[in-house]
Amino acid sequence: MASIAETNRISKAPPGPLREFWHYFRENHGAVAGLAVVLVLVFLAAFADVVAPHSPFEQYRDAFLQPPVWQEGGSLEFFLGTDATGRDILSRIIHGSRLSLLIGCIAVTLSLSVGIALGLLAAFFRTAADALIMRLMDVILAVPSLLLALVIVAILGPGLVNAMIAVAVVYVPHYVRLARASAMTELSKDYVTASRVSGAGLFRLMLITVLPNCMPPLIVQATLGFSSAVLDAAALGFLGVGAQPPTPEWGAMLADAREFILRAWWVVTFPGLAILITVLAFNLMGDGLRDALDPKLKRS
Amino acid sequence: MSAETAETVVQGIDLARHYEVKRGMFAGQATVKALAGASFELKAGKTLAVVGESGCGKSTLARLVTLIEKPTSGQLLIDGADVTAAEGETLRKLRQEVQIVFQDPYGSLNPRKKVGTIIEEPVVINTKESAPARRERAEAMMARVGLRPEHYARYPHMFSGGQRQRIAVARALMLRPRMLVADEPVSALDVSIQAQVLNLLMDLQEELELAYLFISHDLSVVRLIADEVMVMYLGRPVEQGARDAIFERPAHPYTRALLASTPAVDPKHRGQRIQLKGELPSPLDPPPGCAFHRRCPHVTEICAQERPALSDHDGRRIACHHAAAIG
Repeated sequence: MASIAETNRISKAPPGPLREFWHYFRENHGAVAGLAVVLVLVFLAAFADVVAPHSPFEQYRDAFLQPPVWQEGGSLEFFLGTDATGRDILSRIIHGSRLSLLIGCIAVTLSLSVGIALGLLAAFFRTAADALIMRLMDVILAVPSLLLALVIVAILGPGLVNAMIAVAVVYVPHYVRLARASAMTELSKDYVTASRVSGAGLFRLMLITVLPNCMPPLIVQATLGFSSAVLDAAALGFLGVGAQPPTPEWGAMLADAREFILRAWWVVTFPGLAILITVLAFNLMGDGLRDALDPKLKRS
Repeated sequence: MSAETAETVVQGIDLARHYEVKRGMFAGQATVKALAGASFELKAGKTLAVVGESGCGKSTLARLVTLIEKPTSGQLLIDGADVTAAEGETLRKLRQEVQIVFQDPYGSLNPRKKVGTIIEEPVVINTKESAPARRERAEAMMARVGLRPEHYARYPHMFSGGQRQRIAVARALMLRPRMLVADEPVSALDVSIQAQVLNLLMDLQEELELAYLFISHDLSVVRLIADEVMVMYLGRPVEQGARDAIFERPAHPYTRALLASTPAVDPKHRGQRIQLKGELPSPLDPPPGCAFHRRCPHVTEICAQERPALSDHDGRRIACHHAAAIG
């Protein structure tokens, strides 16, 4: 019978979506390297207390501004040297990774969830909510992002939590636009109409029917946004309105070291490198994710 | 069951749907009469086929009957209850009576949901059935439409077009509707698969006493499956009646042209080709009088002045001034 022949043809199941994703992701070597660095960072952040050789706050009175181990005057005790108050830079960077990842996670989660909610509202209520939400987002986009973050922190007061909120607000419009655009594409498809005909309510349509199909571009944007959030939080720390001393935040560490930049290069170089490597790793990973998740770029 | 005793499931009375479109910054709004007044009656176990060119209002009719959109004017009765006035719980109940199978089987199934979840969705939304009971019902329905139990946990992208259409049919039938709207259900499929899906639809109709509103532009398919045919032109039915009457003795010039354009294998059955001049007029600016008069070979003066009303002629309803003369 023809229909049985038809069913037999596909009974050998194709690879699952996860394996297929890994197959495409693996081809991008930069992305795999980025993923490796990110995994190392996560490990360092999780086990900072065990991995770091010293406490990030402990001041060694006999070792102010000691150079890293390979320079004259350096010692193995302080591998990357010490800062002006005698704190071990390596330990501070390791503990700082905790903060950076935390800032990235929270800022991205905040802006992603708010962005998805507003974007879906705009896509579902084309007449009323759309114009209001999108013009508001245009206004936010029109202000330089760091300036806007500074203003928000100035209103809320300096501190790490407020810096995260400021960074989240700055990045909301990107997610709103993406969520709205992909929700609008999905809304015109027949499977949404089919759900409507079977009586699906608004929340079911939004969250169960449409949202899962909008996720791939949002996931990519979130990964890329993660690095921007880390960078912006560091900038706020550098300007003195983010994490407050003595918190070992990378941006704040740079700010503390500004006056020694000529005498002791290591106090600025290593936190700066930490920021650079983290941002680079997340960007590489985000690019790889986009290539792997975007069906238009897939080679089959 | 004969046509006389079968009960009417769905009845449309002078259904119309207009859309407001913007023509540009300064031009103001225009009204498109996508559907300008269609009446029909659909009995249990029968098929009404709607045929016509693209843009004639076939799909708009489907959207009205499935309650995706509300008609601008006219009445839609499901089981004798007026849907246009219904709200809340009544509307929810009526909605379950009419389900739809779409043209494109690649767009009509949610790519992120498993087949089982897709088929069970209408049950989840409308009843409080337990998960095992739901699954049992879904598997029974899958068996009925020719899917195998192991397909339950697979994703739509693993299936061919014909099988996807089977999934779509299973989903539509889960709420035990009395009527199924089929919006060109086989036109996106391979010719070899079309017959399988059509046979499935006909078997299900017999078994479940379903009424079909079958939308198509493929006249050979219509001839196979329809009991009644409604030919539409620019938002209005121009000829409507029993299948045999319309296929054997088409009376409206447009119906004749449509039938003559169907290719036939046997040279003896090839009728004289009637070539239509011109294009389908814009629904933004329909011609005065009979909408067909600019392309009609039998046009006379009255056609450009007066719009012909549907009237009975030779066992069907037809909208043409010259029905008696050319029929």
